Amino acid sequence: MEKTWNNKAWFMVLPVLLLVAFSAVVPLMTVVNYSVQDTFGNNQFFWAGTDWFDEILHSERFHAALGRNLIFSFIILAIEIPLGIIIALNMPRKGWGVPVCLVLMALPLLIPWNVVGTIWQVFGRTDIGLLGHTLERLGIHYNYVQNPMHAWVTVIIMDIWHWTSLVVLLCYAGLVSIPDAFYQAAKIDGASRWAVFRYIQLPKMNRVLLIAVLLRFMDSFMIYTEPFVVTGGGPGNSTTFLSIDLVKMAVGQFDLGPAAAMSIIYFLIILLLSWVFYTVMTNYDAER
Amino acid sequence: MARIDLNHIRHAYGPNPKSDKDYALKEVHHSWEDGGAYALLGPSGCGKTTLLNIISGLIHPSHGQLLFDGVDVTNLSTQERNIAQVFQFPVIYDTMTVYDNLAFPLRNRGVPEAEIDRKVRETLEMIDLASWAKKKARGLTADQKQKISLGRGLVRSDVNAILFDEPLTVIDPHMKWVLRSQLKQLHQRFGYTMVYVTHDQTEALTFAQKVVVMYDGEIVQIGTPEELFERPKHTFVGYFIGSPGMNVMPVELSGGIAQIGSHQIELPSPVMPANAKIIELGIRPEYVRLGRTGMPVKIAKVEDIGRHKIVRTRLENQDIAIIVEEGGDIPAEPHIAFDPKGINIYADSWRVGGQ
Repeated sequence: MEKTWNNKAWFMVLPVLLLVAFSAVVPLMTVVNYSVQDTFGNNQFFWAGTDWFDEILHSERFHAALGRNLIFSFIILAIEIPLGIIIALNMPRKGWGVPVCLVLMALPLLIPWNVVGTIWQVFGRTDIGLLGHTLERLGIHYNYVQNPMHAWVTVIIMDIWHWTSLVVLLCYAGLVSIPDAFYQAAKIDGASRWAVFRYIQLPKMNRVLLIAVLLRFMDSFMIYTEPFVVTGGGPGNSTTFLSIDLVKMAVGQFDLGPAAAMSIIYFLIILLLSWVFYTVMTNYDAER
Repeated sequence: MARIDLNHIRHAYGPNPKSDKDYALKEVHHSWEDGGAYALLGPSGCGKTTLLNIISGLIHPSHGQLLFDGVDVTNLSTQERNIAQVFQFPVIYDTMTVYDNLAFPLRNRGVPEAEIDRKVRETLEMIDLASWAKKKARGLTADQKQKISLGRGLVRSDVNAILFDEPLTVIDPHMKWVLRSQLKQLHQRFGYTMVYVTHDQTEALTFAQKVVVMYDGEIVQIGTPEELFERPKHTFVGYFIGSPGMNVMPVELSGGIAQIGSHQIELPSPVMPANAKIIELGIRPEYVRLGRTGMPVKIAKVEDIGRHKIVRTRLENQDIAIIVEEGGDIPAEPHIAFDPKGINIYADSWRVGGQ
């Protein structure tokens, strides 16, 4: 069959192109602009080429923040995804329990990021916080302000508390869309509980899990507000993730060039990793 | 394979059924032969799926017992009953190959792998999917997937019955015929007890040896396709089977004469139903003769459907459909006569007499 070419369509998408240009491309280009120039104020710019990129890519500070962020994302994915699946599997499918569970699950998602941070900041304090004080009384010396390990545990538990619900809700949506006939057939075939999960529920949740992994990865990789409120990136630099580091550099030190270069590298890393996740998971899906 | 006895089975979905109305399934008491092919036929909501689910064990009946070969299985789980079921929509394990799909029920039961391999290969031959064994099940067409669901039942040598819940709903029309005849062949070769739920009369009549017609939670007739056609026990069977359905008209009886409006029809044998509120005469369109003598009718519409014509006529206030062979004559002043062979008399919807 011969393809019909109709170039008029380009005019139709023009408004969208303009909108996207103003909302995304122009701001992005500003960042690109900063990343290849140096300035000493007075609106005077000097061409810097790839110097800033070189600097960032070889900076130990960047490597450390990137490493921390990768570890953080890995830990929370490794906990939230299985935990979310387990909770979704055990949620009721009918009756009054359904709305109750759904509302309970949705609650953490409705709380603004900085409020979540504040809640945990207070919750964990050893003088007035419920958690911190209780642990203290139990003889466990918990102090997220001074102990990097404790800071990490706090930030991770906070993220699990805040975002596991999202995974649960997505998985639950995938689960309830499985027709009853599949479970009945499994019963007739004598399938065990594990086989039902492995051969019916998991394959049917496949797509929502892909979305859950992507969303949780991107969000956790860009995490800023909660750790900023709780630990401020400390103690030391132990919870300084990429975005916190970026803000320190851009706003704290006013190093616009390196900050712009870092933004671009940061953006490309997220894009690349998301692409890898997506390709791996959809390929795996297609193979089966 | 097993004989299935339905022993005074009733079922209500609500917790405290009081009147007959609360029952989705009213009193079913029948015995189905070992190796028989039964079709449960009826409109949506008549209780046919409820009955099927009671047999498969997905529903526990409110009253009554279910016996397989004389053994009470009412309280056994689906798994323990050893039945196979094919659902309306193809149920396959789409991450597995066709081969693994068929092996799945056997592996779950701990059958040795050599035995599994033999049974699976045998079944793949039976359902004509041998060349697809290594393919992923998800890529198959709807009719192949339905064959896999069927195969998962056939692969177990000890199944008591194979149940079908409107299995051809999502199959393309041209494949329906193929699949139906393959099913029938399987039944004839291996003698499975098969129960087939459908609302499509063609499907039921071509598949089954015995058709079980259900209406409003009751079995109204069990019979061969011929019996259902010639001697419908209930006016519903008359309407539901046949295309168009039976003509049913109120009559008054006096001895061997039935009075329709101002016309009189001599009955083949006199009937005298006692205490019936409504007496009706039923005759299939195939047995109404259109010609120049008899009762005068007005023609409302002629539908030419190819092989024959359906002539919609009015006899006084009564609609009567007639089937006229292709090339048959439709006179200018039409009259009709009833072939005595096709006359059935109904008292309160149940058949009391006729030929």
